[in-house]
Amino acid sequence: MNTSPIAQLIQKIIKQGWMGKSFLLLITLLAVWRLVVALQENPILFLQQVVNGLQLGFVYALIALGYTMVYGIVRLINFAHGDVFMVGAFVSFYSITRFQLHTWAERLFPAMPDGVSLIIGALTVMAASMVACALLAVVIERIAYKPLRNAPRISALITAIGVSFFLEYFAALNFVFSPNFITYRRPIEVVTWAIGPGGITTLGGGIAPPPGTILISNIALIIILTSIILMFGLQFIVQKTRIGKAMRSVAYDKQTARLMGINTDAIISTTFAIGAALAGAAGMLYAIAFSQIFFWMGIIPGLKSFVAAVLGGIGSIPGAFIGALIMGQAEVISAAYISTPLRDAIAFSILIIVLLVRPTGIFGEPEREKA
Amino acid sequence: MMLEVKNLHVYYGSIHALKGINFHVDKGEVVALIGANGAGKSTTLSTISGLLQPAEGNVIFQGEDITLTPAEQTVQKGVVQVPEGRKIFATLTVMENLEMGAYTQRDKNQFKQDLEYVFTLFPRLKERQKQLGGTFSGGEQQMLAMARALMSSPTMLLLDEPSMGLSPILVEQIFEIVQSINKKGTSILLVEQNAQMALSIADRAYVLETGEIKLEGSAQEVLHNPTVIEAYLGGH
Ligand SMILES: Nc1ncnc2c1ncn2[C@@H]1O[C@H](COP(=O)(O)OP(=O)(O)OP(=O)(O)O)[C@@H](O)[C@H]1O
Ligand SMILES: [Mg+2]
Repeated sequence: MNTSPIAQLIQKIIKQGWMGKSFLLLITLLAVWRLVVALQENPILFLQQVVNGLQLGFVYALIALGYTMVYGIVRLINFAHGDVFMVGAFVSFYSITRFQLHTWAERLFPAMPDGVSLIIGALTVMAASMVACALLAVVIERIAYKPLRNAPRISALITAIGVSFFLEYFAALNFVFSPNFITYRRPIEVVTWAIGPGGITTLGGGIAPPPGTILISNIALIIILTSIILMFGLQFIVQKTRIGKAMRSVAYDKQTARLMGINTDAIISTTFAIGAALAGAAGMLYAIAFSQIFFWMGIIPGLKSFVAAVLGGIGSIPGAFIGALIMGQAEVISAAYISTPLRDAIAFSILIIVLLVRPTGIFGEPEREKA
Repeated sequence: MMLEVKNLHVYYGSIHALKGINFHVDKGEVVALIGANGAGKSTTLSTISGLLQPAEGNVIFQGEDITLTPAEQTVQKGVVQVPEGRKIFATLTVMENLEMGAYTQRDKNQFKQDLEYVFTLFPRLKERQKQLGGTFSGGEQQMLAMARALMSSPTMLLLDEPSMGLSPILVEQIFEIVQSINKKGTSILLVEQNAQMALSIADRAYVLETGEIKLEGSAQEVLHNPTVIEAYLGGH
């Protein structure tokens, strides 16, 4: 046997995965260095990217929560979740264009101040998306996943992929949604502010942003604010309410939860409904931000949110939130400083790195053996 | 009669775990069900509580046939199982575990009363309300599991090996508490491998062996039965 010191060293390097680890360390250092240089070169541009990343990250967070909650309770990666998000965007589109849901308050109470009726209208549209998605998810769970609850996990996973395809191509039918890109009619006008040392300027009407300012739109603020409110709402439900505690019990141990008198099927349905409602809201917010909807629009944001959930530790609610913010930043910053076409590749290489280095994610715990 | 089990047959796939057992528990009784590993004791309790469904036979509780009642509804009828291995919700706090025990209890006053009662039985739980259930020691988890079950104000308690893995002093303490729960009017079906201990507090006992009841009688009779002494009490 070759036992020279060099061979031993090489063996040690291979065995302990030093190559992989040092490679990762190198990449991380490179990335950090690149970011520091970017910040020094043009801090305004950098901050602008952070703001943009935040807007995207919050949308991902709303979607990622659904992945993580459903995984936490039935150990299923619900690949149809991104398509539920798509349905949310379409439902909000049709509630605006077909049913004028965003103006009902204005029509019914003409005396109401414009701002108030607008907010009520937009919230109604969002509520419609949330309810529609919640119902859709409950139906999907009942028909497609529940019969497979005791089947091997791979069966349910494949079914989820099937449901995902079904939703996409069903949505693409002419009499359902549409096979084409659709321009989304925002229920609110976009207002952009340029924030800089010289104060805040409202843009529009041909005013160019003054140099050295960061642009923030009312849309970004709405997205961030709505997401934060929804996430606090979710946190409240999960931590403080009877349903939320039951959800955590069922996630931990279904048999024992049943012994407490908890109807596990109902709790699982509720979990699907809540996750889908958040995705529905995200669908509307995403459509408002990018003003275009399409039956495949759920795939990439869905996958990225899934990566976010894995990065944060699938099953963990704070993990999904943190993971999504990281994904938002990673995407925007790699688009700005590395290459726009590469940004999706970078987003998904995060998944590969997480799975290699820390499969349980940031907040995840190793899978508990069930008795 | 509080609980009556008639000709119960339970299968796990092709494994015939219970082969037509019959027994009953009268109102206010402590009945022990003893037997070796794999005799079918836990299977019996899970069938009563509705986690398992028998192939044949009936479970009658207070005159009502609850054989096919699913587990989540059995609690509301007043039967509650403390499962083997405690099965505390580790990620929930002590207080949340108790609240889950009272999941079917919609009466706030009754909840407060039950909470006070379990805190007098297990004062330690009161001090540790905010602690996560998973950080409890084995003995504390057993207490929490029993307290959690009591939060549904049961008329009948099914205890699965409460002494498992506990020190002798703690076992003694747990059995005293079982007796005091019984004195307050709750009937108890006690599954144990620690036959000595179980028979010391039971009124009557059944001996289960590979899915069949091999022996029954008053606790005293069973305690002095030569085969029981041989098999379960370590005598020669
Ligand atoms: N989920 C299951 N699948 C298959 N067989 C099972 C299952 N649970 C129990 N059994 C079998 O049924 C029989 C009775 O098991 P049970 O758990 O009721 O025994 P027990 O008397 O509670 O034993 P212990 O004292 O070890 O807890 C055993 O032979 C066991 O192997
Ligand atoms: Mg057992």
